[in-house]
Amino acid sequence: MLLVIEQLLNGLQLGITLFLMSAGLTLVFGIMQVINLAHGSFYMIGAYVGATVAARSGSFLLGIAAALSAAAVAGMVVEVIVLRRLYRREHLDQVLATFGLILFFNELTRIIWGRQPLMMDVPAWLGGSIELLPGLPYPIYRLAVIAVGIAVAVGLWLLFSRTRVGMQIRAGAANREMIAALGVNIRLLYTLVFGLGTLLAGLAGVMAGPILAVESGMGESILILTFVVIVIGGIGSVRGAVVGALLVGLVDTLGRAFLPAMFRLFLEGAAADSIAASVASMAIYILMAGILVWRPRGLYPAHWS
Amino acid sequence: MKTLLTALVSAGLLSASLAVAAEPVKIGMVTTLSTKAGYLGEEIRDGFKLAVDQEKGTLGGIPVELIVEDDEAKPEKGKQLAERLVKKDGVRIMTGIVFSNVAMAVVPKVVREDVIYLSANAAPSQLAGKGCHPNYFSVSYQNDNPDEVVGQYVTEVGHKNVYLLAPNYPAGKDHLAGFKRYYKGEIAAEVYTKLDQADYAAEIAAIRAAKPEAVFFFLPGGMGINFLKQYAQAGLIGSIPLYGPAFSFDERILKAVGPAALGVKNRSHWTHDLDNPANRQFVEAYRKAYGRTPTLYASQGYDTARLLGSALKAVNGDLDRMADLKAALKKADFESTRGGFAFGNNQHPIHDMYIREVIQTPEGDYTNKTVKKVFSNHVDAFAGECQM
Repeated sequence: MLLVIEQLLNGLQLGITLFLMSAGLTLVFGIMQVINLAHGSFYMIGAYVGATVAARSGSFLLGIAAALSAAAVAGMVVEVIVLRRLYRREHLDQVLATFGLILFFNELTRIIWGRQPLMMDVPAWLGGSIELLPGLPYPIYRLAVIAVGIAVAVGLWLLFSRTRVGMQIRAGAANREMIAALGVNIRLLYTLVFGLGTLLAGLAGVMAGPILAVESGMGESILILTFVVIVIGGIGSVRGAVVGALLVGLVDTLGRAFLPAMFRLFLEGAAADSIAASVASMAIYILMAGILVWRPRGLYPAHWS
Repeated sequence: MKTLLTALVSAGLLSASLAVAAEPVKIGMVTTLSTKAGYLGEEIRDGFKLAVDQEKGTLGGIPVELIVEDDEAKPEKGKQLAERLVKKDGVRIMTGIVFSNVAMAVVPKVVREDVIYLSANAAPSQLAGKGCHPNYFSVSYQNDNPDEVVGQYVTEVGHKNVYLLAPNYPAGKDHLAGFKRYYKGEIAAEVYTKLDQADYAAEIAAIRAAKPEAVFFFLPGGMGINFLKQYAQAGLIGSIPLYGPAFSFDERILKAVGPAALGVKNRSHWTHDLDNPANRQFVEAYRKAYGRTPTLYASQGYDTARLLGSALKAVNGDLDRMADLKAALKKADFESTRGGFAFGNNQHPIHDMYIREVIQTPEGDYTNKTVKKVFSNHVDAFAGECQM
């Protein structure tokens, strides 16, 4: 039972990281109609800048602040220089251009930081683990990641439903020409939205830094999961991103954790382990296929599309 | 080969190769310099180059020209490069491949074309057993060696219940098989994870629940860094000891893992603290030339170059005496950084194997310290299958 709770927490934590990534991606996709394959690169930028600044200054918080600003600034620069020219082009052009950006950023990090993966440690005040229940220790850092993710989800909801900028963003997504005619600077708005998306990716990256290897190309493995999340959740919907991310995080984690035991009930050891490993790595794609059969546009299709 | 050269020359493509005999001996190095794993090729290349530089552009007194190419860790790319090196550059000695899947695409083909291949890292079982070849020498090891040592050591230490973890791909299964060959106790579970998985929280929680006496893992590259950090964060490093092959504990990975790897036992056939004159000289020269402590891969590159030097000297640089060159290589008449070194019947090394431990130096860096010799003059498991 304790193991189930622990695995649920692990799933939740993976889901939260995926949510931070997919929130930005789904916003950009839903509002600007741009497929941004380079979203993982901003995750990597966040991790690299965060690890470097944290190591140099000795302050984890300073590292986070630097990571967020670097990811947001890099995102806005990319939007102005590259993506702005692609809004009216076909999706294939966008895919090609943003794929090129992945190669560019991966090589850039190799040039700046070398091939050596960077070291980023959990800050002392978040190190260690606490006993949530007797016999269930859980790393404090992972709990902190969960807390930050929930705070961001609430913050985004407030931003979109309660503020003027949020309203303009929603309106811009519904009808670009109309809101421009009403005197809103839609170009600036798009740049800001893109920067917000990459800032969230940078946050996910810097928070993953102490858990994962900070290395060139680290953004690609999470990018695939992120696309699965936004397809499940419904492209363009932040609410869908929340639900999709939690679903993917939980299904992936619980599948890896409990499928081997399930298969061992009716198969002998080695065969069960190898089949379980294969099925566990397919689980989220089976989930995606199932949801798409049931709801072809995802769980919460954005109302404007 | 000669008819081919003549054909190329007459086609006017290779006028320069008329002077082949007077030119230095060409050595084709196909290795992995880009991608995340690029540092592995960098180490092999730098180790090899150090030996050449120490002899002022020669090996065994014979002038050599090293042609380095990047295979990007892709088998098909490695194959292309090898073809070009052999056909266009007229290379007859090759080395350098990091990954076994690249080696399988390149080595069987080039050795049939009368090219000598000296492996400085990858050594898949297929090339050690039935697929052994007179033109193929592994200077590094045989892929299963590292895991066999750990299996033996874990048995010696007295762990009775071990949890196994590896990525779900052929090399992952090979490595666990190597471990099981010498491990005598029970296996708590054999878990295969996705290749390039980033988060191991689920597996770590399962390990905690299974309460094994020890964990053996094979997770090369970034996967190993991720697993080690998360294992330490979960507070398991003190309670359930961790064992692994050297790949996750070279000095460059330790920089990224830091304290999380402290105290972990791993195996190797070489460590920078091995006390023999050749090794002391190598480690010092490498540090001076490149400003970092050499890894296992660098020592293998260096040994490969030194071995080649001894053989080139024996035939006075004349590559037309291929049979003599091979016989000289097989003698392994060079000062290896490992101390003792000899080739078995399948032309794979017979060497000592050690268990080492990750420690922190007084300067605050993380490195390995040799703890115990587990095997003396270890012969790989496939030597018997080789008919040569």
